[in-house]
Amino acid sequence: MLRLPPFEVAEPTTVAEATRILKERPGARAMAGGTDLLPNMKHEITTPGLVVGLWGIPGLRGVTLDGGHLKIGALSSLHALSEDPLIRAHLPSLAEAVGQIAGPQLRRMGTIGGNVCLDTRCVYINQTYFWRQALGFCLKKDGTVCHVVKGGRRCVAAASNDSAPVLMSLDATLKLESAEGTRIVPIDDFYDSDGVFNQQRRPDELLTEISVPLPKPGTIAAYTKLRTRAAIDFPELGVAVLAERAEGLVERIEVCVTALAARPVRVPLPLEALKGRPLDAALIDQVAAEAYRRCKPLKNIATEPAYRREMVPVFVRRAFRLALARASA
Amino acid sequence: MKQLVAFEINGDPVEVAAPVHHTLLEVLRYGLGLTGSKQGCDKGDCGACTVLVDGQPVLSCLTLAVAARGKQVVTIEGLAKNGRLDPVQDAFDRCGALQCGFCQSGMMISARALLNEHPCPTREQTKLALSGNLCRCTGYTKIFEAVDAAALQEADPKA
Repeated sequence: MLRLPPFEVAEPTTVAEATRILKERPGARAMAGGTDLLPNMKHEITTPGLVVGLWGIPGLRGVTLDGGHLKIGALSSLHALSEDPLIRAHLPSLAEAVGQIAGPQLRRMGTIGGNVCLDTRCVYINQTYFWRQALGFCLKKDGTVCHVVKGGRRCVAAASNDSAPVLMSLDATLKLESAEGTRIVPIDDFYDSDGVFNQQRRPDELLTEISVPLPKPGTIAAYTKLRTRAAIDFPELGVAVLAERAEGLVERIEVCVTALAARPVRVPLPLEALKGRPLDAALIDQVAAEAYRRCKPLKNIATEPAYRREMVPVFVRRAFRLALARASA
Repeated sequence: MKQLVAFEINGDPVEVAAPVHHTLLEVLRYGLGLTGSKQGCDKGDCGACTVLVDGQPVLSCLTLAVAARGKQVVTIEGLAKNGRLDPVQDAFDRCGALQCGFCQSGMMISARALLNEHPCPTREQTKLALSGNLCRCTGYTKIFEAVDAAALQEADPKA
């Protein structure tokens, strides 16, 4: 039995009220679906005195097409997005990613905003307080050492959000609202490499909307996920790919990965050497090899880093094959 | 700190004084005595605590009781109607789809949610719908067969 430590609950009905409470009560935590926050509270990885429940705020759910952008309300459930006609038609790789998060119940509870803001995960942190205490704690919470990187001074808990690499490949922007005002942040700038907290979001800010530009005609994209079981598990590796083509020739190509480091990463690719070529097996192999060279997983997840690294090119190739098959279907 | 939370449980209105840091599962089991929903991993991995909230299968161990205010909650105790088992329960019994039984409440609630949405599910749909419920005894085959049997019975009650 895992009990929640005592806390208070606020149930604001507007974004303005929620952000005012978050500003007035430092240490308060916003909660959307609660599927990440509540287990972490049960493990005493975070122990807020006040939980600001967002479930009573209307208007933050659903997808709309607005001037060439798809606007996704942050409280949209992962299940709803995986079945949303606009998402499936225009952003199939996003539908694919959110449809593979956790299991059916958690997808009905969890939100896209919550997945973007998911806390980092590590085999040494997502454990009970008793377990963590027995090990002498770690950098992320209550301790001063890292058990992944001996002598490490920076937490390397892994970004584990399936949505992040896809939204990165799609050039999404995030709308952050607070009592101070609203700012729009490109998703590449939203994440930091610090596993303790890997986001630029201030504690008093709420992610309220995700905006994704409509992909150009002929764009193909897909998401593939490595995990031990085909359900429930967090990714051990997540690969989002995207290619823009004109008359069959590559104009732009993106590979974004998650679950390897503290932040989701856009793999640097030599675009000039890839542009103007057909998206054939030789080109995909070249991109996969480049991703292999750039990705160096750590022992922050139970699965062996060497195995996860070997899987990088495999999953890059699978993702491109999936995207091509979908485009020709 | 406690709050009065009014919601509907298995068709009946109920009002409970719940500590705000208690989960819906704790209120069901320890406040209302409805111990059919099981407390397994208590952190969202196993699915044993699955209940329907407004028709959707969710995990009651990760739902705050106060967030259930005004909702319709259905637990395993609410499946049988007027002394008759739900076709899902009957099929699980007939097919021998349970051994120790710990996962069954959640498993049957997930199966009920599936059949409400897809009265005639494919095996793939069944596997996906039950993929958030872990069973350590059966190997799942008889569970999938029970879902098929329940679907058949609902399609033709005389069969």
